Amino acid sequence: MKKLQYERPVIQKLNTGLTNKFGTRTESDPVTHIDDLAVEKLIAQFGSPLFVLSEQTIRSAFRDASRAFKNRYPKVQFAWSYKTNYISAVCNVFHQEGSWAEVVSGFEYEKALANGVPGNKIIFNGPDKSENDLKQAITNDSLIHIDHMDELYMLKDIAAAANKKPRVAIRVNMDTGIFPAWDRFGFNYENGEAMEAVSKICNDTQLSLVGLHCHIGTFMMSTSAYGIAAKKLSEFALNIRKKFNRNIEYIDMGGGFASKNTLKGSFLPGTDASPTFDQYAEAICESLLNAGFTQENLPLLILETGRALVDEAGYLLGSVISNKRLSDGRRATIMDFGVNILFTSFWYDHKISPAQSFGSHHEDTVLYGPLCMNIDMLRENIPFPPLKKNDKVVVHTVGAYNMTQWMQFISMRPAVVMIGTDGKVNLIRRRETIQSIQHEEEMPLYLKNFKL
Amino acid sequence: MKIKKNIALSDTGFVFDPSTGNSFSANPIGMEIIRQIREGKTQEQIAEHILKTYQTDAGTFEKDYHDFLNMLNRFRLTENIQ
Repeated sequence: MKKLQYERPVIQKLNTGLTNKFGTRTESDPVTHIDDLAVEKLIAQFGSPLFVLSEQTIRSAFRDASRAFKNRYPKVQFAWSYKTNYISAVCNVFHQEGSWAEVVSGFEYEKALANGVPGNKIIFNGPDKSENDLKQAITNDSLIHIDHMDELYMLKDIAAAANKKPRVAIRVNMDTGIFPAWDRFGFNYENGEAMEAVSKICNDTQLSLVGLHCHIGTFMMSTSAYGIAAKKLSEFALNIRKKFNRNIEYIDMGGGFASKNTLKGSFLPGTDASPTFDQYAEAICESLLNAGFTQENLPLLILETGRALVDEAGYLLGSVISNKRLSDGRRATIMDFGVNILFTSFWYDHKISPAQSFGSHHEDTVLYGPLCMNIDMLRENIPFPPLKKNDKVVVHTVGAYNMTQWMQFISMRPAVVMIGTDGKVNLIRRRETIQSIQHEEEMPLYLKNFKL
Repeated sequence: MKIKKNIALSDTGFVFDPSTGNSFSANPIGMEIIRQIREGKTQEQIAEHILKTYQTDAGTFEKDYHDFLNMLNRFRLTENIQ
């Protein structure tokens, strides 16, 4: 006789009076496949934990965003935000879709060039651009977004020495009705600092002001803030035209669109709470179209959204190391991935699904990572079916920031694979080994030997 | 280890303790273990039955069995806790 599937014996107290209109078991449906490939097989082939990216999902998200904006506005250009996920294969999917590159450091700039992005299609943002970075950007005719006065003056000097006239934009911060207002990037609009920077550029023949940029926030749940920002930048552009007879060729709205992740403490899940691309597009495009630009002077709209384009395409597969019972009776499950590689678990309640079928019972569970650190908690409380050692799980919506902000801490960073639109799986970043770390270290001779 | 005599068990997995008014929910294997403990079976006998019926190994079941007994104690469903 064939034996029945085993499930850990579970008993839990039933509490009445604690109503929840959303129910409790939404995360317990097993997810056994990603893009038709079995989770078990992916882990068997590439090890656990493992980051998986779906090329199909990336392209669908991009096309959805592109459609939302291009249906409403005639001149739209996306620029892939490298810091969101700069694994080269991911960048190139966006470049194939037509995205320029948006970088915030010399390292990211080099990466974009190495990926084959033409220099004049690279937007150089960020507060930290070295002299060499700026020299390279000027030589390549990149779009340089000036963040502060020190940079403006340094750029003028470098351009004068090189006898070049780089194309620049200024980064503008402003009150968009949100709290806290992001005022650390660029020059302030309301106190006149932004106009002062423009004046310094326009009254000098060394720099060519071609654009305005803003980065009003991150994971922005309010579309009206974008509407206000687009309105203020449009007014600013029209004022610059009036005052300096200078045509602003593009308005770059930066990034910050929310993905479908659920922020900690949020009442509604991200799938219900986050605005759609159409809602963001409506707010921005309406402001631009109603600002008073003539048809021929309508600026190009540049968007640097990263998170909302790639988050849903990323999955983290992992395995159960152990189960234990905490002193207050709660179930705790230790996974083989921690906050070191799932950095976003500090601010999201990531959806986590078991990767194999289970019965109908579940238990409130605390999910911990494997680090020997108390902060290594992935979910404080998740209704989960009984898992046993080596069972697999799928963490959803991890494509943004985890593969750039991850830390090599205590253990090595895992491999990353991409499931292509042809259904085949490609390794796009190898699992690190001890050599990845040791290779960069040097041992002084006198410390080589010891006796214990 | 004995299950309190007045505990009511349903076929569908509900456990009711009339002395406290508390209700509990157990999965099918949990219910099977509670019934066998109530029938006076020893740990060895219960383990033999589970290993014969389900796809598991002795070590896994032993860990899970002790965890389950701890939860029965915690919920005061056993006699030796009264």
